[in-house]
Order: sequence, then C-alpha cells, then structure tokens
Amino acid sequence: MTGPIATRADLDVRKAAHRERLDAVEHRITVCNGTGCRACGGVEVKEALVAALDRRGLSDRVAVMPTGCQGYCQRGPLVTIEPEGIFYHGVDPADAERIVTETIEGGGLIDDLLLEDPVTGERVPHHDDVRFYTGQERIVFALNGKIDPTSIGDYLAYDGYQALAKALLDMTPEEVVDEVLRAGLRGRGGAGFPTARKWQLTRDAAGDRKIVVCNADEGDPGAFMDRSLIEATPHAVLEGMLIAARAIGADEAYVYVRAEYPLAVEHMRKAIADARALGLVGKNVFGTDFSIDVHVMEGAGAFVCGEETALLRSIEGKRGMPRPRPPFPAESGLWGLPTNLNNVETYANVPSILLRGADAYAGIGTETSKGTKIFSLTGKVANNGLVEVPMGTTLRQIVYEVGGGMRDGRAFKAAQLGGPSGGCLPAELLDVPIDYESLGEHGAIMGSGGIIVLDDTACMVNVARFFLDFTASESCGKCLPCRVGIPTMRDILVRITEGEGELEDLDRLRELAELVKTSALCGLGQTAPNPVLSTLRYFEDEYRAHIDGVCPAGVCEALAPAYAIDADACKACGKCAEACPTGAARGTPGEPPYAIDAVSCIRCGACFGACPFGAVVRGRSA
Amino acid sequence: MPEHWPSALREEIDRAAGRPEKLIHALRRVQETVGFISPASEALVADILGVTIARVHGVVTFYHLFYTAPRGRHTVRLCRGTACHVGGADRIEAAIEGRLGVGPGETTDDLAVTLETVACLGACALSPVMVVDEVYHGLLTPEKAVAIVERTLEEDR
Repeated sequence: MTGPIATRADLDVRKAAHRERLDAVEHRITVCNGTGCRACGGVEVKEALVAALDRRGLSDRVAVMPTGCQGYCQRGPLVTIEPEGIFYHGVDPADAERIVTETIEGGGLIDDLLLEDPVTGERVPHHDDVRFYTGQERIVFALNGKIDPTSIGDYLAYDGYQALAKALLDMTPEEVVDEVLRAGLRGRGGAGFPTARKWQLTRDAAGDRKIVVCNADEGDPGAFMDRSLIEATPHAVLEGMLIAARAIGADEAYVYVRAEYPLAVEHMRKAIADARALGLVGKNVFGTDFSIDVHVMEGAGAFVCGEETALLRSIEGKRGMPRPRPPFPAESGLWGLPTNLNNVETYANVPSILLRGADAYAGIGTETSKGTKIFSLTGKVANNGLVEVPMGTTLRQIVYEVGGGMRDGRAFKAAQLGGPSGGCLPAELLDVPIDYESLGEHGAIMGSGGIIVLDDTACMVNVARFFLDFTASESCGKCLPCRVGIPTMRDILVRITEGEGELEDLDRLRELAELVKTSALCGLGQTAPNPVLSTLRYFEDEYRAHIDGVCPAGVCEALAPAYAIDADACKACGKCAEACPTGAARGTPGEPPYAIDAVSCIRCGACFGACPFGAVVRGRSA
Repeated sequence: MPEHWPSALREEIDRAAGRPEKLIHALRRVQETVGFISPASEALVADILGVTIARVHGVVTFYHLFYTAPRGRHTVRLCRGTACHVGGADRIEAAIEGRLGVGPGETTDDLAVTLETVACLGACALSPVMVVDEVYHGLLTPEKAVAIVERTLEEDR
C-alpha cells in the first residue's frame, strides 16, 4: 500500500485498508486539539492519555486520536470515547488516569466530567445526546472530531477523494459545473453569489491558464468556522478546490490564509504535501489530463485582504488595496489570468455535493438558499461554538435549542449577524428564517456567519461604535467615502456615547451612511455603515436616550446610570458586595437589604451583573 | 549587508531574487529571523527582489504584522474582536496596561514585552482571549490576565 494512487481501484484499496486500521482497536479516545481546546490544555490531555494507556499496557488495544476543532471550544478540552460515544468535557491532564481505569477498563462513567445540560440540568453521557450537537445538521463538519486532520489515511477511510475521482473519471467538467448549479450552492463568504455561475464565468473566460484561489482570510471579528474547517478537515477543503479547478480548467491553486491562524497553515501545508505524495495533487491525477499545483500563501494582517481584488494583490506581493470591478477576477484576476475565488466553507461543501448528489443537497434549506450554513455562535448565550444548521433555521432555534438559551437567565436583546458588514436582529425577529434573502430584508447579512448574542447589558450605540472603530482602522484609505466617511460617522457615535450628542446627529448618521454605502469602492466601505443603520432601525430609542443623557445599558461611562438596590427583591446574598471594586455595595449577609453608597459608586455595573435576583436596579443618572 | 542578517537568511532571500511576488514572504522571513524590519533590511530586500524601496516600504507599512522597530522578547496580543469586546476586553486591556505601563503597539523600556491588540483571534467561544507568545489563554478576567502577564515577566527574569 505504498506509492501513488493512480486509479479508482487504488483509491478503494486504500480506503478499505485505512478503514480496517481504524477499526482494529477496541476503543478510540478522540481528543480535540483545535486552537480553542489547545488553549485549555488539549495537547497535554492527549499526551497524558497516551502515557496512561501505556502504563496500563493498553496501547495496542486503545488508540488516542487528536482531532481538529469540534466547535464546542467553550467546553474544551473535549474527549470522546468510541465506540460508546462517551463525551467528557473540560478534561484536565490529571483526569487521564481515571478515564483509562474507570471508563476504558471499568466501563463506568465519570460523573464530574459529563456535561450538564444547560436547560434540564441533567448530566449527558453521550456525545450524540449533547444538546449543542443534536440541534445541528453536520454535513460540512461531518468529519470534525472523527479524523486526525494531519492523516490523509483517515480522510481516505471516510470516502476522501472519492468525489474527486468521480469528477475526473465519471464526469465532464461541464457536468461538474452543472451538478453544483443544480445543488444551488451559494458563496459562504458572505455575498451568496451562486458558486456554479462563478465557475462558469471563469471557465468561459478567454485564456489558456486559469487559477483557483481559496479565500481563508477570515477577518470578521466573531467568525471562526473557516479556521475550524482548515484545522479539522483540510483535505475536504483541498478536495473541493481540486474539483473546482477541474470544472474551470485551472492548473494552479492558492490558499490564502490569514497569518493569525498558524495551526490552519500547518495543517493545510501538510494536507497538500500528503496529497502530492499520493499523486492527488500534481501531474495527471488519476491518469487523466488534469494537472494541478497548490500553494499556501500566508497573509500579513490586513482585514481588507478578505476582499477578493485586495487578496489577489496581496498574493502578488503588493499592498492589499482593492480595485474597481469590472473586470471581475473571473475575467482578469491573479496576474491578469482568469481566477476563481471561493471561501473555505464553499469549497468544503463541494465534495459532499458530488458524493450525495445535487438533489439530496438541494433538499436541505430554503427555496433560494440551499444546504447548511456554519455559524459562530458567541456572546451571552449558554453554549458558545460553531453551529452547522440547515439554511432557513430560525434565530430562536439557534439561540434557544443549539445554544441552550441565554446565559445567566438574562433577556435576549439582539443578535449581531455578519460582523462589521452586518446588522442586528432584535428580539421580535427571533423567528425569521435565516437565509440570504430574509437577512438582507431585515438589514442584516449572512456575511461570514458570525452570530453574537447580546443581552440587556449591551449598549447598541457602543456596539455600532465598536464596529466603526474597527472598519475605520482597517480601511485601506484608497477611496474617500471610506477613508473619511467612516471616521466621521465614528466621531459622531463617540460624541453620542460621551453624552454630547444632539438629535440632528441621527440624521447626519443616516445621510453619511447612505453616502458611504453607495459610493465606496469595495465591500469593506459599502457595508461598513450597516451596523449603524441597523441599530438605528431597531434601537433608535437607545440613541435618543443617550442624547437625553442616559445609557440604558449602563455601558457608556459618561452616561452610566446610578445603581440602587430594590429592598423587596434583595436576599442579602452578598454577591454585589463581592463584585463591587470600591466597596460601595455593602450590607450584612443574611440581613436584607444591602445598599449602594452613591458617593463611592463608580457606576461600573459590576453589582448589576452579579446579582442573581435582579435586585440591583438602574436609576437615571444623577 | 545589514550585519544582523545571518547568512542562512541571506541565502533564503536570495532564492527569491527577481521575484517581486515573493515580497511578503521574504519580509516575513526577515522579521521572523531578525525580529523587525529596519530601513537597511528594506533596502536589501528591494535590491534582491528587484523592486523599489518605496514598494517595500509600502508593503511593510500596509500590513499589521510587520514591525519597523525592535520588539519585546515576549508578545502579549489581546483580542479586541466582537465577542471579546462584549465580554469585557477593554477592562482587561486597562488592567494589562496598568501592569506594563505601555499601551497597545508599545514595548516596555526593558524590551521584555510588546503589547498588541488584534481584531480577532478566532477563538471567540473562549472570549475574552489573549495570546502570549503563541499560547492562547481564554475566558479571561482582568485578574487572570494580569497574573499571566506576571508569569511571563517572571520567566523573563
């Protein structure tokens, strides 16, 4: 079983052999080693498990597999024992010994490592019953957590490169484009352009040489599904790119990864090298006339490089400044050659479309948005992590089912979707099905898929200001509307949050937002006003309250409300006094009520967040 | 040649001779080896790759990850992404600034630590997050963050 894979028979032999290898052990302990779990000690946990198995003489019968990011980073490090599917979270290296003796040898569960369901409060022993996962439909993420991302063999065991074989041996390039068209796949990078149409445009463009580029410059703050995909299943992304290259007639491909994702870069490089060693990348793949070379290009820190024309300039070794379109990259892209750019998640969808068939794929989702979408669910929701759900799932399902509801029992205020280019959906829109069209209608965008859940401690004006701070500093400065318009809007927002706003500012903001939106050169500038427009649309009251002298959420220091304790609700638990940094909240435990001293109170709101009974109330600023 | 370029670096950059598209890659290698990109390094890279110094300087100043001044032996990169912002990253930033006595983009006088803020580290589920010398630390509080910085300073001594 050495040497390159030259035929489908070779591929099938490998698949069977690797499947047999994986099945040869009695148990497999998978340990998430994605960036999030590494931050919590995932690598040390893996090593401790290996050592513990060795000490017990079990190394031949039980395998330890480091996997890529499983998306539930908040609960890391994650450990699953197969085939039983026992799921442990928050595992410490010191737990390795008892996992081996009590669970592997003894067949028992370790209660304190089991996840507690955020809704029912019950312990959940099995991975497949964890609420965070049961509410999802993991197609693109199917192999996350099942394979070692650095092992091409593991990927082959799970039908890896079968879709490429199909595309090369059973289909014409036109048929591949047609299949993706019928599946209804749309770009997952944000704008939702039909993928097959983009492929067709590049395919039809004049020129002998064509290029395929994977946009992995995931810059939207709050989105990390592309990092997870490359870290966990780099071969699926690569296979999708190879299929696209075949469909388009390209012979060269680039993966542009942001520099902040070192593990993703490492895994993608390894995947390309391993695929090359097996002849899946290189000359005459599967003995056909299809030849391809793939390179990894690391970015150097510039948000605007997520814009396609800027990204191409960056690959060319230049300042990543966007240029006007047309010509679109499909006609004139990298070095003037017709170039197809898709996002990581878009490519990762492609192998499953070819394997499952366009009809099966198109059966998931809504009329106009097909398949699944991965969201980064973060903020004040109980379960934080990556969530793959069918298009058309409502925000309520995502927040309250997969997400397990709001954290600390607080009230849902809004969800911010699509990062600095996106907008907010308020509580009354929780039941809107999420697809490209419905989001656009309500002033938000799919964007890269970041969902940040905000509760009543969030100030919407401050959120808008935060995004404009970001886009103002990331603007490349080439066009005036973006270079000057965004900072001007930001300055108005700063004024409002500092208590110096006036009512006319709201009209100024609307006027400027419209102007920047319609006249900026690229997507960065055109979408930068969205956070302002959408907070104005749904939370104008909050802007007006600021102008009247109060930040209702108590976030803006200059407008912070005074805090007081509702004597009837106070249980004298002392939590407010513990949280208070200045000793302003005081009282005697067990003897309600506590009180807040108005002179030493710095209005930080710590007591407000700490009180489990809602007894701390906000008053109007004195 | 700028005396701080080791010969291995020179050999590596020489392989990109006459290939302007390798500029960003070359600058990354220079910085990884030397720590920052001096005017002398800019001039040499320009000369080897066959581009103008202006173009090199333009690229160096465009991308956040290129530095034109010496940096601390350790880097603390605090995430200011949306999830971290909502989770109180500004209080953490204030606490770290208070401990180090420098602001974002600055380096302590003894060259021990450079403090940076970054738009998003992609570990939002663990927010607030910071990275100290490539190691991620999540679910931070101001106290926890300062303790990590203390430990870094301790190890540096």
